[in-house]
Amino acid sequence: MLLEARELSVSFGGIKAVDSISFAVEPGEIFTIIGPNGAGKTTIFNLVSRIYNPTGGEIVFDGRPITRVPPQAIARMGIARTFQNIELFDHASVIDNLLVGCHIRSRTNLLADMLFLPVVQRQEETFRRKVEEIIEFLELEHHREATIGSLAYGIRKVVEIGRALALEPKLLLLDEPSSGLNPEETDDMVHWIRDIRDDLGVTIIMVEHDMSLVRRVSDRVLAMESGRIIALGAPDAVVSDPQVVRAYLGD
Amino acid sequence: MVQFLQQVISGVSIGCVYALIALGFVLIYKATETVNFAIGELMMIGAFLGFTFIVIWSLPLWLAAIIAISATALLAAMLERVFLRPMVGEPAFAILVVTIGLGFCLRAAALMVPEWSSETVRIFTPLSGSVVRLGPIVISADHAAVIVATALIVTGFFVFFKRTRMGLAMQAVSQSQLAATYMGVRTRSVSTLAWLLAGAITAVAGLLLAPIAFIHVNMGVLGLKAIPAAIIGGFSSLPGAIVGGILLGVCESLAGFYLPAGFSEVAAYILVLVVLTIRPEGLFGETIHKRV
Repeated sequence: MLLEARELSVSFGGIKAVDSISFAVEPGEIFTIIGPNGAGKTTIFNLVSRIYNPTGGEIVFDGRPITRVPPQAIARMGIARTFQNIELFDHASVIDNLLVGCHIRSRTNLLADMLFLPVVQRQEETFRRKVEEIIEFLELEHHREATIGSLAYGIRKVVEIGRALALEPKLLLLDEPSSGLNPEETDDMVHWIRDIRDDLGVTIIMVEHDMSLVRRVSDRVLAMESGRIIALGAPDAVVSDPQVVRAYLGD
Repeated sequence: MVQFLQQVISGVSIGCVYALIALGFVLIYKATETVNFAIGELMMIGAFLGFTFIVIWSLPLWLAAIIAISATALLAAMLERVFLRPMVGEPAFAILVVTIGLGFCLRAAALMVPEWSSETVRIFTPLSGSVVRLGPIVISADHAAVIVATALIVTGFFVFFKRTRMGLAMQAVSQSQLAATYMGVRTRSVSTLAWLLAGAITAVAGLLLAPIAFIHVNMGVLGLKAIPAAIIGGFSSLPGAIVGGILLGVCESLAGFYLPAGFSEVAAYILVLVVLTIRPEGLFGETIHKRV
């Protein structure tokens, strides 16, 4: 198991947003969480990415409990995430955004950095090479030097995934990767998600609304309603499950 | 013409002091979105610590400067940890009032030190009295030292932001705190670091000012000039703060020389009005286009 949630619960002002949920994600899996608005899927996401502290239960990542690990520490442990509304460094270029992901892992000290010593230069070359690989992988060559603010929404979405990949994560959390994208861009997103898993071996957990995307990329789907699991299994089975259909359409 | 250039250069040197204070001000604003009204008082403390170590304790100049700068930096970092950390998430106005309060407290504390409050003092350096000649222009060595020191500090900062992990982390936090967190940046240490650096720069500003102007407990008011300087520069731009500060110094100096008495005191604010009328976003500010 790469990530395991054990009887995870969280309440906000007496309302149980997530109610004793357990699931396990295997390495190399694309695991999707679906559910109507307010079902608790984003809450689960924020529990795993450590924005919220659970009121009960445990999260284990890669054999280590992360239930009390602060959000800035999970990047180093191998978890990267994207945001539904994109959080990039808007005044910086695509390359610089990606480089931030690398530089956080820099091992050199302040003085060496300021003097740009040979050891720092070599490290910088490694980082640049790494970033170029990601840029090539996600076909962002044309936008390499562009400032984020000048890019189309669909491209920014891909850049944000690229920046997450620069952290070399074992687990990538995608928060509604298709939101704000047109159908063509959504098709592209399907390919990126598959490639990230197939070529880079990164495990993916995502929250997603677009059922066509969910069906095309997920290995397993977890459906939620009112903070509880109502179905878990193969995408087609879950999406056509009567309880799931009822949750979306009402009685 | 010589006279004009002379005035411009003396304006640049006082402007460098404004620029350094504005740099500290903008640094804190960018990293934490706190408008810090205590910045002038930090400069005052830095200047008086320098005075104490140099004049009263007769320490060597370099050693006294290092101690004064480090002590002011630590004081600023401590203020952040004790008084501003608990304010995270509170309205910006409440935080601003905390900084005003801190400014008053620092001034009151300085008044309680007998050697500090008694009179206006001046620090004499080995440079004091000598001059630098550039053709027909004569600059006092103290003024020249201010310009050189500012250039060095600004270069150091540029390298720090461009090259180091901490510099990069500060830039990242100033653009998106959330994204920076998930890149592994400890955003809280970044706030403390911003205050630490701002404390160090303002102490340098105070030390540089001490040989060219009198230092006194109320000199913090001078630090408030950092705010027009920052506004001229675009409020959240570090290069803007430097250009704004220098421009301000030059305008004051020229107004003091060519215009009737009184103009040099308000020159800063006239300049702000003019700049904001022509370029509301400031010289280096970015226009925010809201998508509708």
